[in-house]
Amino acid sequence: MCCLIESGKITTDVDSLRSEIRDKSVRVIDVRREDDYKRDHIPTAVNLPLANLLSDDSPDRVLKLVNSMGIDDETSVVVYDDTFGALASRVAWTLEYLGHSDVTLLETTYSKWKSLGLENDSLVPEFQNKDHSIKLQSNILATSEYLENAKSRDDVILLDNRERLNFLEQHIPGAISLPYRTLASGDKILRSKEDMKRLFENRGIVGNSEIITYCGSVGTLSGLAYYALKSVGLPNTKLYVRSFKEWKNLQKPTEKQEDASYWDLSAE
Amino acid sequence: MIISDRKQSSPDSANPKINWARIEEADNFVKTVKLFRQGKYDEESFRRFRLQHGAYGTRMTSDYAMVRIKIPAGEIYPDQIEKISQLSEQYSIGSAHFSTRENIQLHWVILEDVSEIFRGLAEVGLTSREACGNSVRNVMCSPLSGVCPDEKFDATPYALATARFFLRNPMAQNLPRKFKFNFTCCEKHGMVRMVDVGLIPQTREIDGALQRGFKIFLGGGLGNKSYVGNQLEDFTSEEDLLYTSIAVIRIFDRLGDRKNLARNRMRYLVNDMGWDKFQNLVFKERAIVRATQSIITQLEVDHSSTQIRRPIRISDESGNMAIPDGYARWLKTNTVKQIQPDYRSVFLTLEAGDITASQLYALASIIRDFSSEGKARSGFVQNIALRYVHEDDLPRLYSRLLDVGLAKSGALTMTSPIGCSGTTSCNLALTNSHRLAKEIQRKFLELKFDEDDDLSDSSIKISGCPNSCGQHGIATIGFFGGGGRVGKDMYANYQMSLGGRSDGDTMLGQTCLRVPAKRVIPVILKIIETFKEHKKSDDTLKSWIHRVVSGNEDSSVKSINDIKKILEPMIIPPAKEDDPDFYLDYGSDSSYHTKTGKGECAA
Repeated sequence: MCCLIESGKITTDVDSLRSEIRDKSVRVIDVRREDDYKRDHIPTAVNLPLANLLSDDSPDRVLKLVNSMGIDDETSVVVYDDTFGALASRVAWTLEYLGHSDVTLLETTYSKWKSLGLENDSLVPEFQNKDHSIKLQSNILATSEYLENAKSRDDVILLDNRERLNFLEQHIPGAISLPYRTLASGDKILRSKEDMKRLFENRGIVGNSEIITYCGSVGTLSGLAYYALKSVGLPNTKLYVRSFKEWKNLQKPTEKQEDASYWDLSAE
Repeated sequence: MIISDRKQSSPDSANPKINWARIEEADNFVKTVKLFRQGKYDEESFRRFRLQHGAYGTRMTSDYAMVRIKIPAGEIYPDQIEKISQLSEQYSIGSAHFSTRENIQLHWVILEDVSEIFRGLAEVGLTSREACGNSVRNVMCSPLSGVCPDEKFDATPYALATARFFLRNPMAQNLPRKFKFNFTCCEKHGMVRMVDVGLIPQTREIDGALQRGFKIFLGGGLGNKSYVGNQLEDFTSEEDLLYTSIAVIRIFDRLGDRKNLARNRMRYLVNDMGWDKFQNLVFKERAIVRATQSIITQLEVDHSSTQIRRPIRISDESGNMAIPDGYARWLKTNTVKQIQPDYRSVFLTLEAGDITASQLYALASIIRDFSSEGKARSGFVQNIALRYVHEDDLPRLYSRLLDVGLAKSGALTMTSPIGCSGTTSCNLALTNSHRLAKEIQRKFLELKFDEDDDLSDSSIKISGCPNSCGQHGIATIGFFGGGGRVGKDMYANYQMSLGGRSDGDTMLGQTCLRVPAKRVIPVILKIIETFKEHKKSDDTLKSWIHRVVSGNEDSSVKSINDIKKILEPMIIPPAKEDDPDFYLDYGSDSSYHTKTGKGECAA
C-alpha cells in the first residue's frame, strides 16, 4: 500500500512546500500548459502538461517521464495546477499507479499562490535522469471490464463527478452524482476533513465499501474525487480512468433522468 | 476558475441587518432525511417536514429537491448572492432561478445535499424555512419601495418586520394552506389584490399629525380559480397592522378548509362566507387579539435608514468612455427615475428568471460597485433591481452588465415574459412554459418590440398548468398549459386569456381560445398586428385589450370573440406528416404526452 494512506497526507500546504523547496527536498510538478509554465511558475517546478502525459500514459512511457524529471522511488513529489486540483490529481494518480508512493497535491491553485504574493520565476530547472522502479498499483485502477463486474456487487459505490446536468442527461446505471464542485472549499482544492466527511456521510459514502469514481473522459474531475475520498481515510478507492467517454464508445448501458426538460432551466 | 476559489467577501460590502437562519435546522434536516430513508419516518410526515424547510419535490423523482431560498422583502446583499452562486455550482445545475415571489430557487438538488445548502445559507443569514408548505410564505415588497415617486412611505421595514414576526412563529406552522403577504409602494406597481393579504402604504392627518397606515386587501389570489382581494377598511393604522395580520391568520387557521385540498386557500373561505361576513369577523377577531395579548405585541419595525453612499470610482471620471451600442435602448426600457434626484433604479431581465453561477458572482461585485445602497432587490417578475445607481454611472454599469450577459433590454416591457419552471422541474407541469417564455423573449427582442411604446405596459405570463405560478391570470396576454389531441397524437396546447392586470384596476384575464405551443408566437404577433390596425392614437396594447374585453371598443374588433375569430384559422393542427415539429413541445425531441406527478402545494 502506498504511503498516502499510511500518512494520510493528501495535500501539501503552502508553507510546507515553500520550506521543502528551500531544503531542496521536493520535486514540484506544474501540470499547466507549456506557455503558462514558461511565463512563470513555482520555483524549481518542472513542467508536465497534462495533455503531454495523456498523449501516452502507458507505464513504460510514464516511467520515462518520471525518470527524466529526476524522480526516483524516494523522491517526494508535489503536483499543482490552475484547474482546482483536477489536472494535478490526474498526474498524481498516474504516479501513484506506477508505484510512486510519496506524491501529494498542493492545497491550492497556482493563481491563489500568486495572489498571495508568493515566489515564482521562469527558470527551467534541469535534472539528472533517475531510475524509478515499476510496481503497478492495479488496486487503484478500474477498467470498464472491472467496473461492469463490480457494479452488481452491493459493497461497491460508483461516483459520477461531472456536473449535475450532464449526470441527469446520461450516466452509468447505478452511479450517484457528486459534482466535483462540491469538493472544494474557499481557496482550498479540497474541503476540510470534517466537512468532507459530513458531505460523504450524508450521501452514504462510508465504511468499507469499494468506491469507484468516474467523470467525462480522462479521469481529471474524478481524480480529484479519488483524492477527496482518500482525504477522509476511505481506503478502498479506484479511479475509472477512461471514464464515461470510453463507456459510451463501448456502447455499454446508460441511464438518464426521464420526462423532464432540465436543460431549459439552465441559463447557459 | 472555480467560483469557490475566489474571495468570499469584500470588507466594504453592506451587510444584512437580519439573520434569518438557524444552523441547527441543517443538522435536524440531515437526521430526518436519514430516518426517512431508513423507513422510520412515514412519507406524508416527511413531506410536510421537508416543505416546512423549503425543499420542494421534483418532477418524476424522489431523489431530488428544489430549495426555495426566501428573500424577505426582496432585499439581497452581495455576499448572499456570491454564496448562492457557489451553492448553485456545488449542489444544483450551475444556475439559479428567480421566482415571481422574490425567492431564489436551486433546482435538481439531491435530497441528501439539502442540508449542506442550509449550512451555506446560514453563513450569510439566509433561510428557506417556510418557503414552501402551509405557512407564511416569503413576505414580498415592491422592488421600488423607498424610491417610488408615488409612494406615501417606504413599506420595506414593515415587510421585514412582518416576515420576522411570522417566521418560525408557532401560530403559522400548520395553516390549512400557504399564506402570502405582499407589500407594495403604490397602486400602479400593484400586486396587492392577488394575494391573501396585500398592503399599500397610506397616510392620514389626525389633529395635525401625520399618521402612517395601510390600505389592506384580503382574500385575493391566483390559482386554478382566481379571486380579486377586497379592501378591509379605508385606513388601517400602523399600530393595527400586526393585530390585523394575526386576526386574519387566526380566522384562516380556525375556519379554513383542511379537507378539500383544491379549495383550502383563504380566498375560498372569503368567497364561501361572503365578504361582509368575513370582514366583520376580522374586525371582531382583531378586537380580541388587541385585548388579549398578554404583553404588548408589536412589530419590530426598524426605521434606521440605509446609508446611501456612491461607491468610490478608481477609474477616470472624465466621461471619455465610449458608450456601448444599445445603451439608449437599455436606458429607456430597463431603468426608472427614482424620487431621489440623480438616481435611477435599474432592472435586469433574466430569461424566465434563470441566471448562471458566474453571472451571479459578477452581479455581486457590480452591486458593490454601482448601487449606492450596497444591495439589490428581487422583483415581481423573475427579475432583479439595482437601485440608487447614480445617473452618471449608468453607461459604465451598462457596459459591465453587457460583459456578463445581463444587459438584455426590455426589462420593463412586454418582451420579458414570465414562465414558471414547467416541465423543466415541476411535478404538476403539462408543458415547457419555461422554455416558451425564453423563446418569446428572444423573438421579441429580435423584433425590437421592447422599443415600441405601445407595448411597454403590457405583459405576457405563462404557466405550465392551470395552477398559476406563472401568474397568467393577471397578464395582458396569459397562457396556461395543457394537452391537445389529434386522434392518438398529442401536442402541447395553451389556454390563452386576455386583459388581465394587477394594478389599481385589477382584473383577471378572460379566456379567449386554446393555442398550440408552436403557434403561440405567431398568435401573439397577430394580436399585435390587429391592435396596430385598430388602435386609437394614444392607445397601448393594454388599454386597447382592456376596452375590447370590457365591451367598450367601437371598431370592428369589439369583443374577445372577434379576436378569437381572427385567430382561429391559425390554431388548426396540421397533419403529423406535414409538420412533425408541431407535435413536439419546446425543448423536447420526443412526441408529446401529458405526464404529471403528485403536486405538493397542498401537502
